[in-house]
Amino acid sequence: MSASLNARNGIASLIVAGLLLLPLFSQLSGNVFVLTLFTRIVIFALAAVSLNLIMGYGGMMSFGHAAYLGIGGYAVGILAAEGIGSGFVQWPVALLSSALFALVIGALSLRTRGVYFIMITLAFAQMAYYVASGLSRYGGDDGLTIYKRSNFGALINLSSRVQFYYLCLACLFGGIYLVWRIVNSRFGMVVQGLRSNERRMEAIGFPATRYRLVCFVIAGTMCGLAGALLANNTDFISPAVMYWTRSGDLMVMVILGGMGSLFGPVLGAIVYLVLEEFLSQVTEYWALIMGPLLLLIVLFGRGGIFGIVGRLARG
Amino acid sequence: MLLVVEQSLNGLQFGLLLFLLAAGLTLVFGIMDLVNLAHGSLYMMGAYFAATFVAWSGNFIIGILLALGATLLLGIVLEFVALRHLYGRDHLDHVLATFGLILFFNDMVRLIWGPAGLALPLPSWLTVPVQIVPGVFYPAYRLAIIAVALAVALMLYILVMRTRIGMLIRAGASNREMIGALGINIKLLYTLVFGLGAALAGLAGLMQAPILTVQIGMGENILILAFVIIVIGGIGSIRGAFVAAILVGMIDTLGRAFLPDFLRHILSSAAASTAAPALSSMLIYLLMAIVLVARPEGLFPANRR
Repeated sequence: MSASLNARNGIASLIVAGLLLLPLFSQLSGNVFVLTLFTRIVIFALAAVSLNLIMGYGGMMSFGHAAYLGIGGYAVGILAAEGIGSGFVQWPVALLSSALFALVIGALSLRTRGVYFIMITLAFAQMAYYVASGLSRYGGDDGLTIYKRSNFGALINLSSRVQFYYLCLACLFGGIYLVWRIVNSRFGMVVQGLRSNERRMEAIGFPATRYRLVCFVIAGTMCGLAGALLANNTDFISPAVMYWTRSGDLMVMVILGGMGSLFGPVLGAIVYLVLEEFLSQVTEYWALIMGPLLLLIVLFGRGGIFGIVGRLARG
Repeated sequence: MLLVVEQSLNGLQFGLLLFLLAAGLTLVFGIMDLVNLAHGSLYMMGAYFAATFVAWSGNFIIGILLALGATLLLGIVLEFVALRHLYGRDHLDHVLATFGLILFFNDMVRLIWGPAGLALPLPSWLTVPVQIVPGVFYPAYRLAIIAVALAVALMLYILVMRTRIGMLIRAGASNREMIGALGINIKLLYTLVFGLGAALAGLAGLMQAPILTVQIGMGENILILAFVIIVIGGIGSIRGAFVAAILVGMIDTLGRAFLPDFLRHILSSAAASTAAPALSSMLIYLLMAIVLVARPEGLFPANRR
């Protein structure tokens, strides 16, 4: 047990150190691309961490998590298009609208269980996708170009690659810290208890749906932040961000890394996106390798990469 | 009035097509408890096989029969190689593994057939318009789809409700250990059911192919519709899938056809032309949300345990 714990902590520290030192490496080697790639990875890692909170700890298998990426992104994009460039307005709006969306769809979806929950969250995300496609004033299907990144005055300059990377990283670490605090709090214990045995928890007197809903809203808000970062990173937002395959990607990252582990989703995002990048450079048909790889991971690697590491360390 | 008849028939035809897809999905879901996202890939493969075999044999009927056989075979191989190892696992594992299969199939198709879409031309005897009531003409091919799909639905009903195989399938759905203990080869049964579902998906794909182009990713949008249908109908219930498929086909088709005009009556025309496409695409998801909120287990909850 302690050996596997040490191995996991080792990996987590390696990830943290690597991510912190990455801009230095990029500067020294003159490799700008690696910084661009990892900015993207860090943003998706934040989204995956938020999904892990409800999926891994709360047992709520949301198949529509990419909707918040789009909502956060569109909040930034629409405000920018309307001439409101201040990040102090854009970001709170992004967070609030994601939270509101999560509150509404959570209140409806949490009435269902299991596969029905997977499907109803998917349906709501698809609705958001079609709403965005219908926003002809803001680009509709083609998406919306964001000409100026969020303006935070003298505080931070998002157009600087390194500063933006560190901002994303700070958000990711903040997100992980928040999840860690939640999971170890009384509230988090209740949510995890509900995952294990809902009936028993309700018998003790915990209102299941209310606890789950709060957790659902927190995760949605966190992913909305990732959406705001993503829109700033690509200077562009389109409905494609909310498409169901994106939600699938996020799920894959979480499961690949190790569901219900703090750093698993981060590792999953790194492995998934780096692999995608690497394979697509080797061959045009990268999915031909990626697809079966996912299948093999499911068949033989239970608990994701973190699970495999834990088992190897235990011998 | 003419338009209403025509669009209703379109809706019926689309609904029946969706039923073929959803029936396979709900069988696999209800009996093996397997969430198969790759079901849409089988639909796509059916269309690609049909386009290839029709061009190769030069005969429409021979081509689609070959394509049907090929999809059945592909389904059986897929079940044997990959999916049978997923039975009894977590639903999330199914989602991840079959998501991987979608990636695989899309790129394999791109490798073999190229990124451009294919066309599946109809033989001339299927392109003539048929007069269904005096003054109303309807394409023969769409009528043929309705007829074939209805026939398949009937055969499926007889197969599941009136034959020994169907009895075993239903028994397997309600208690797999028990039917295994009674000496039924449950593995073989599962493989057969999966092959049947694959063939149904392939049939839906190849029948849709002449109407739309055969292209990569064609199975993904319609897969989501099929999932919506089985969730509305109640997972595992073929009757529920039938009712929900017709409902979804009708609402989707009629919504797209008449919602824009309807909205123009109550909104300004600019607002209507913005809202209509989004709203008509959303209608079925709205329907699903309403159904699930009112009846969290679908309209016809199957095999309550």
